[in-house]
Amino acid sequence: MEFKIASKAKTFTMALIVIGALFTAIGVALNMGEHNFTQRIIANGLIDSYFFFSIGLGALFFLALQYATETGWYAAVKRVIEAVAGFLPYGIGMMVLIMIVLTITDGAHIYTWMDPDTVAHDELIQGKSAYLNKTFFWIRTVVYLVTYYIFWQGFKKRSLREDIEGGTDIHFKNYRRGAHFLVFFSVFSSTSSWDWVMSIDVHWFSTLFGWYTFAGMWVSTMVVLVMLTLYLKKLGYLPKVNDSHIHDLGKWTFATSFLWSYLWFSQFMLIWYANIGEEVTYYMMRIENFKVLYFSMFLINFAFPMLLLMSREAKRHSGILTFVGVIILIGHWLDAYIMISAGSMGAQAQIGFMEIGMAIAFAGIFIRVILVNLTKAPLSPVNHPYLDESIHHEI
Amino acid sequence: MAEKVIYAMYDDDDVLKDGAKKLVSKGVKVADVFSPFPIHGIDPIIGVEQTRLGIFAFIYGLIGLTLATVGMRYFMIVDWPMNIGGKPSFSYMDNMLAFIPITFEFTVLCAAHGMAITYLIANRTLPGMKAKNPDPRTTDDRFVMELRTSDNHQFSVSELEDMLKGTGIVELEQKDIV
Repeated sequence: MEFKIASKAKTFTMALIVIGALFTAIGVALNMGEHNFTQRIIANGLIDSYFFFSIGLGALFFLALQYATETGWYAAVKRVIEAVAGFLPYGIGMMVLIMIVLTITDGAHIYTWMDPDTVAHDELIQGKSAYLNKTFFWIRTVVYLVTYYIFWQGFKKRSLREDIEGGTDIHFKNYRRGAHFLVFFSVFSSTSSWDWVMSIDVHWFSTLFGWYTFAGMWVSTMVVLVMLTLYLKKLGYLPKVNDSHIHDLGKWTFATSFLWSYLWFSQFMLIWYANIGEEVTYYMMRIENFKVLYFSMFLINFAFPMLLLMSREAKRHSGILTFVGVIILIGHWLDAYIMISAGSMGAQAQIGFMEIGMAIAFAGIFIRVILVNLTKAPLSPVNHPYLDESIHHEI
Repeated sequence: MAEKVIYAMYDDDDVLKDGAKKLVSKGVKVADVFSPFPIHGIDPIIGVEQTRLGIFAFIYGLIGLTLATVGMRYFMIVDWPMNIGGKPSFSYMDNMLAFIPITFEFTVLCAAHGMAITYLIANRTLPGMKAKNPDPRTTDDRFVMELRTSDNHQFSVSELEDMLKGTGIVELEQKDIV
């Protein structure tokens, strides 16, 4: 079945982009001339690029995970996953763009290690400069992004070819490529989060940070997938998707939000318990300046999915799933905000028109790209070897 | 008339499932099915209610949570105040982070054990209990459907048996309810 973007959806995404742009313009007009204006706008660009890029990347990871584990149930929603993963090239573009801006502006006080003046007066950064310097940073960034892009192109091409050719050759090729991707991803997801996010708090480090941001990426992806599936199902597409598929996606949401909470807590508790000066600064600064925001961010990302999605019925209920999904997306955007903006601007970081506007505009673009991606392939794969199993999926 | 139980034995789970569908569509109530493994999709056919084990798990979890909190507060704060990670505040709230792993583990422990024990009691399969299944072969490669005349007063025993014989059974057995 071919997907056509409903005119309502077109208006909605357009409205998001326009409102977002309007809010951003108001924000720019209000804050123009403040000493941290450029820093703030670049930090926002980094937050939103990173946030939406990670959702696309999370979908690619999830797809590769299904391939590598030869899962059956997901075949009916495979094209939904691929549509979200199809945001990846756009996300990569956004990331490259914002990284170029950051490099030109010597880090814009966000990546302070890019600024030669700061480095000259900072022994701690000098000690890290063999790893944190512009050249090596770009080499790593390009390697990550190119690897992701190549894998995505391969998956996409083979998925469409499978529709025509059938057979199991493509399936086993996907199986191998999926496993390869996971190997690269397991390393790159950690190191890229150190490069792109953790290096903002340049004196601080945590080995758990990569898994923590990865878990946040994963849960955001799962709620996007579940909401998109529900939306398509409501419009009458995806007739092969039944309650059990929704239930499984709901379980993934529940489980990954727990994974995120678990990693958040593991990082927080160990640092709190050990109470070592150079480690606690990360939390001290955030709790001093954003106590309410920081802990409410944790609570909504943990308590809402846990309490609302605990029962079997809730994981099949489209209203509850959508509500939790929106909450989780806001929660994880806040998480990115606290990591990036609060990390670079400290007490001066605030959520105003600009932050909200840019997030809304990016969300509009993100949704539009996904909807366009959905039109480019049949909504149900034809020759997936596990398609029959997936249609009869029942839990 | 004495109430009877009819046991119909099958050697294939799909045949049993089709048979159960046929019987239920005629208005027969199937009391139970005995099988060596869970038969997918049999529950809605014979009208087994959704399990309430999840609700029990939640309650056991809450009990575990409460016990852990009360216990640790008493051990670590009240009875013998402990210096936790160099933060001797002697208050539960200020040191709560240190207690969360144990609270979590104890919640899981209580929920899991409570659930397992409840399951065994509900199925009457606690160690030492007498087996309830009608035929030991249902633990190997046979499947048994149980009909009770007390559930199916609109049919006579011979009618029920005739219906069962049309569904591909391999053995049929009758028992009086004592």
